[in-house]
Amino acid sequence: MTGAPDGPPTRFEPPVGAESSPFWEATGDGRLLVQWCTACDRGVFYPRSFCPHCAAPGSALEWRTASGRATVYAAVVEHRPEAAGTAFSGGRPYCVALVDLEEGVRMMTNVIDCPPDEVRSGMAVTVTWEPLPDGRQLALFRPAGGEAR
Amino acid sequence: MEEERVDRVDRVRHVGRVDRTLRGAAAIVGVAEDVSPTGELDRTGRELEVAMVLGALEDAGLTLADVDGVCHAESAVALAEYLGIHPVFMDSTMTGGSSYEVHVEHAAAAIAAGVCDVVVSVYASTPRSNRTRRRPAARRVQPGPNPMVEWDLPYGLRTPMGPYALAAARHMHEYGTTPEQLAQIAVSTRQWAALNPRARHRDPLTVADVLASPLQVSPLHLLDCCLVTDGAGAFVMTSAERARSLPKPPVYLLGAATCSDHMGISQMPDLTTTPGVVSGARAFAMAGLSASDVDVLMGYDSFTITALLHLEDLGFCHKGEGGPFAAEGTLGPGGGPLAMNTNGGGLSFTHPGMYGMFLITEAVRQLRGECGDRQVEGAHVAVAHGSGILLSVMSTAVLGTEATL
Repeated sequence: MTGAPDGPPTRFEPPVGAESSPFWEATGDGRLLVQWCTACDRGVFYPRSFCPHCAAPGSALEWRTASGRATVYAAVVEHRPEAAGTAFSGGRPYCVALVDLEEGVRMMTNVIDCPPDEVRSGMAVTVTWEPLPDGRQLALFRPAGGEAR
Repeated sequence: MEEERVDRVDRVRHVGRVDRTLRGAAAIVGVAEDVSPTGELDRTGRELEVAMVLGALEDAGLTLADVDGVCHAESAVALAEYLGIHPVFMDSTMTGGSSYEVHVEHAAAAIAAGVCDVVVSVYASTPRSNRTRRRPAARRVQPGPNPMVEWDLPYGLRTPMGPYALAAARHMHEYGTTPEQLAQIAVSTRQWAALNPRARHRDPLTVADVLASPLQVSPLHLLDCCLVTDGAGAFVMTSAERARSLPKPPVYLLGAATCSDHMGISQMPDLTTTPGVVSGARAFAMAGLSASDVDVLMGYDSFTITALLHLEDLGFCHKGEGGPFAAEGTLGPGGGPLAMNTNGGGLSFTHPGMYGMFLITEAVRQLRGECGDRQVEGAHVAVAHGSGILLSVMSTAVLGTEATL
């Protein structure tokens, strides 16, 4: 956790993994990167040093900027933030979701800017950013309006 | 999307080549367990583990001098040193709650291959009394890089229930499964617990009670979640040949298989289908049996949704029909076609963290006919189906009496 005890609600700050520096650097500019395997033409997430779909070497992987459009795969509401040990919601229930990016990869996130219990599987969402103290940003999502499927 | 699903179903239905030489090669010949209705035990740590090892050996009519194989989810070597024995087989496989089903599989394979003769596996954990008696809790540190810390932890998904809540939410979306149907699993399991004097919770429970309990990570309520109790257990395995010379009726391993398809929940290919589809199909193929042959299912119930997924993935009902199947209420006592979690399960009996050991001890006692009020009449085939980490590692052990060989 970051921030002073009496400061604003704070987040657990994610470490930067051995293969993910480009991802985190781009978040500072509000760009969502995913790895793309040029050998099998599929997205790769989380970042790796080889392709888990076709076993192509790391040299076959390139970074692409994702559209930021995604579909909620599954969503739940944490009703007891204090039990989860989280402070970022200011003690209010919040939504945790798995979303499928247009690029075909899935990531965990929070869906914000709507009541947490209104987030549904199939809902169209778009990326939005929450600044972290070190200049990086955390990818969150908000409703795009309309059902994708 | 539809194409993707067909590909997935096709992939998981692929059983692969199943060697059947393990069928009937080894047997569980001794078990021990320690639990209390208070949820707390006085002993802890190695003292408790040693008591379980000696108890299971006594049950088997064997002594420590007979043991030449040791399984332990943290360090088989350290346990062997403490016991003062010199094993020729050691297995420290740690797959979370399914570790002990994996130990059954590995021990049987080692025995069948002639690597060793008598294997003991043991588990003890006292999370409840550690808290009430302010014991410093032993912290397990996951070795190696852990992508979950980088990609999941910032979003505040509470573990372990959060990932299971995601699976439940997706199952509800795809198949119309309801909170009432999930709640019935807790109710049926409580009915079994009422027949077990050592169960933590034995009071009658209704679907309304479950739905009225506080939401934790929705859609899961408090009573959709397993207990946190102390508990310990052990089992002893040996060759079928040696088993026949021992005092208790041998419980033979007829089929065993394990499969993992992710570690973190973000990487699970399909939240509504566990790798139990693979472990179950392979274990049944080895046994030459199917779900309809099973008298007792000991299916890891960390949460109601966990047990529901086992019912589908092991073939007791079709994919998506677990909700209506459970809602019939026939999984409890009363002579239904399938008895599930007859000890009262992780939901009402005990759950010290890695519950898989208790699936085995109960399955063995059912097949020996030692279960008193909760005995399933004429039980010959029992399945211990463990679920480890976050629906990540499923391990299925099909067990049978002499009559099933």
